[in-house]
Amino acid sequence: MDRRKSIKAMFAGTVTSGFMFSGCLTDKEAEVTATDISEGEIVAGGGYGRTPEELARDQRLMSETFFNDHEMATIGVLADLIIPADETSGSATDAGVPDFIEFIVKDMPWQQTPLRGGLMWLDYESNKRYEADFIKASEEQQKDILDDIAYPDEVKPQFEHGARFFSRIRNLVASGFFTSKMGIDDLGYMGNVPNVWDGVPQDVLEKHGLEYDKKILEQSIKPEERNEIANWDNYEV
Amino acid sequence: MSFQIKKNASVYDICIVGSGAGGGMAAKVLSEAGYKIALMEAGPHFDPANAEQQTQLKWSYESPRRGAGSTRAFGDFDMAYGGWEIDGEPYTRKDGTKFDWFRSRMLGGRTNHWGRISLRFGPLDFKRKDFDGKGENWPIGYDDIKPWYDKVDKFIGVFGTKEGLPNEPDGYFLPPPKPRLHEMYLKKYGEQMGLPVIPSRLSILTKRIDNRRGACFFCNQCSRSCTIYGDFSSSSVLVKPALEYDNVDLFVNAMVREVLTDENGKATGVSFINKTDMEEYQVKAKVVILAASACGSARILLNSRSEKYPNGLGNSSGLIGHYLHDSTGADRAALIPSLMDRKRYNEDGVGGMHLYVPWWMKDASKHGFTRGYHIEFWGGMGMPSYGTGFGMENLNGLVPGKDGNMKKAGGYGAGLKDDVRRFYGAVVGMSGRGESIPQKDNYCELDPNVVDQYGIPVLRFHYKWTDEERMQAKHMHDTFEELLTNMGGILLGDRPGADRDYGLHNPGRIIHEVGTTRMGDDPKSSVVNRYNQLHDVDNVFVMDGGPFVSQADKNPTWTILALAWRASEYLDQEIKKMNV
Repeated sequence: MDRRKSIKAMFAGTVTSGFMFSGCLTDKEAEVTATDISEGEIVAGGGYGRTPEELARDQRLMSETFFNDHEMATIGVLADLIIPADETSGSATDAGVPDFIEFIVKDMPWQQTPLRGGLMWLDYESNKRYEADFIKASEEQQKDILDDIAYPDEVKPQFEHGARFFSRIRNLVASGFFTSKMGIDDLGYMGNVPNVWDGVPQDVLEKHGLEYDKKILEQSIKPEERNEIANWDNYEV
Repeated sequence: MSFQIKKNASVYDICIVGSGAGGGMAAKVLSEAGYKIALMEAGPHFDPANAEQQTQLKWSYESPRRGAGSTRAFGDFDMAYGGWEIDGEPYTRKDGTKFDWFRSRMLGGRTNHWGRISLRFGPLDFKRKDFDGKGENWPIGYDDIKPWYDKVDKFIGVFGTKEGLPNEPDGYFLPPPKPRLHEMYLKKYGEQMGLPVIPSRLSILTKRIDNRRGACFFCNQCSRSCTIYGDFSSSSVLVKPALEYDNVDLFVNAMVREVLTDENGKATGVSFINKTDMEEYQVKAKVVILAASACGSARILLNSRSEKYPNGLGNSSGLIGHYLHDSTGADRAALIPSLMDRKRYNEDGVGGMHLYVPWWMKDASKHGFTRGYHIEFWGGMGMPSYGTGFGMENLNGLVPGKDGNMKKAGGYGAGLKDDVRRFYGAVVGMSGRGESIPQKDNYCELDPNVVDQYGIPVLRFHYKWTDEERMQAKHMHDTFEELLTNMGGILLGDRPGADRDYGLHNPGRIIHEVGTTRMGDDPKSSVVNRYNQLHDVDNVFVMDGGPFVSQADKNPTWTILALAWRASEYLDQEIKKMNV
């Protein structure tokens, strides 16, 4: 996945979700997110507030390669079995999950051996059963193996280590997907934008059998008063 | 190789070491009083509005590790340069101690990422020995400090509500935000148990207090430091205005080695390493204020050894470093099935909890402990970041699927993908933060064998919890389990037993470590007087958490700020009276 493209895409996302109570924001506040980064520009702080040391570390990691092509292909197949496309959103590979995992193992070197070893085991198991590497096996055969390692509470002893590997890669695939722009949109997270919080929507409170009592309503900040300067006349402590 | 210490010809009135809560407050008060000030900070300049440093409003996917904590302990976007480990600046432990020391090297220090929980100590918190016979009383009481708490409230801003609780003093409060959904659950079921569930008290501007700082726009990201200064950090709120005066010089990347003294034993300035050129410099000053954090200031004093002060500056009592204590902490979480499949809306809110539970018991001694704790809440539909979607095998076997049938825990495919959606925002947790009893035998000292990359001897920690703290943690878990279960929650993780100190965190993890230069009227049993001034050397002050006699179950920042303001005004008067 091209990171610069994903940065551009995210700015499109911030604008659309800023509707709530935007009338209570000043123009200046509403503009807080409206920066832009042009294609190819070198961004100070790496675009996400890095110190010079952190930026140098990022760049070093990005210049290195850990997984070989076969391993990356296997991660891609596994990732899409774990998070496939559905009517709401695309698949793990659509969201760039294999590249995320490649970065993570360089960033967290303790992840390297368990993942590389797990991928090796997967091919070993697949060859034992079907005389084919995992990515060459049919989807049905692939799922047959996953069914033995995807349910840690009832895994047979000979698949214990396979199950441990699968839980690890399931974590990384799920997190890689649901922290991508596609995944965050899928999950329906609507924040990270200047807004004015005025409580839980009324229909949600009702659905949960809850309500703001008079005290809460009286003491809480009123959206229209937030830009007034506090006045302590007649305030006793 | 020649090694020349570079001396600055000018003599400052006051040298302040550290730019966090205490140092920032001293810089504000004393710069306004017109003194010529050298402000020393061991890290770089920082301004959250600087686009190069800004992390506020960044998305998880702008970080290649999606915000994971590989280089910053609390994640990529957290605004604390440093952490529990810093390259080239080690510390050591002895006798099986597990103390962890969190340091932040940047303008404003740890105030850039803290939880903004801004609680006043209450009358009882200054006189705990009168209540339970343990530890020591502060030499001052609530009435001595109240005027400065009031000033801090009005100058910095804190939201909350007047509740009239006996040991949770009210202040000048801005209106609080309305509770989030899970907080309404906690309020409903907490109140049924008899817990006071009240609006939290955070130094976040739900309403403006002046024309310089903007009002909170509810992004939930105070830990990233606010670009419009809608929350409190020392760099934004105290140091930035102080630097507008011509009489303040800020030295960044300046790592102070020791306080210099003359033949009469008075301080004459500090010696420091400029991290940029790795050379040693000196700053001369008539008064030195240490505000380098409780352990940082203790280290500088212990390292300021001379013929006259072989055990360190201000250490005739031998107590510098002793009575080190942190808040206690324990945490628990549960899945709340009725919060599954939630309707989506933006519930970021302010950076932290909107409600909390202050300590509610009059006397807990029948439970094996005497000091209290407060409860903080977490949960909600926050921004997905590294870790979101982890551990689905620990959740999706606990409750029926959409078809009403139980599922095998784990799995993959479309069902798993949908489970992540279903469980989003359905886990609620709570954290207890409590008061420990300071022990003389818990201390930091100079390690005789180890130095950091600047050649400064490092701290070595010795710290043991007592049964008071363990039993308090056990009680926290009892309370958490009862409340979470009453909410219909399914508890996650195991209940920690005696073998794990009932889930009590290692000392240092709550980052409220204080007590290393404690305050008192008797120079034999304390290091500073009631105005944060060394008993032994009248032109040296300590204005961080070091002077705390006991750290209440309240977060220490508000009290550091009030004490520093008070001590700075005292210093101003003493200089004018020619006493310093």
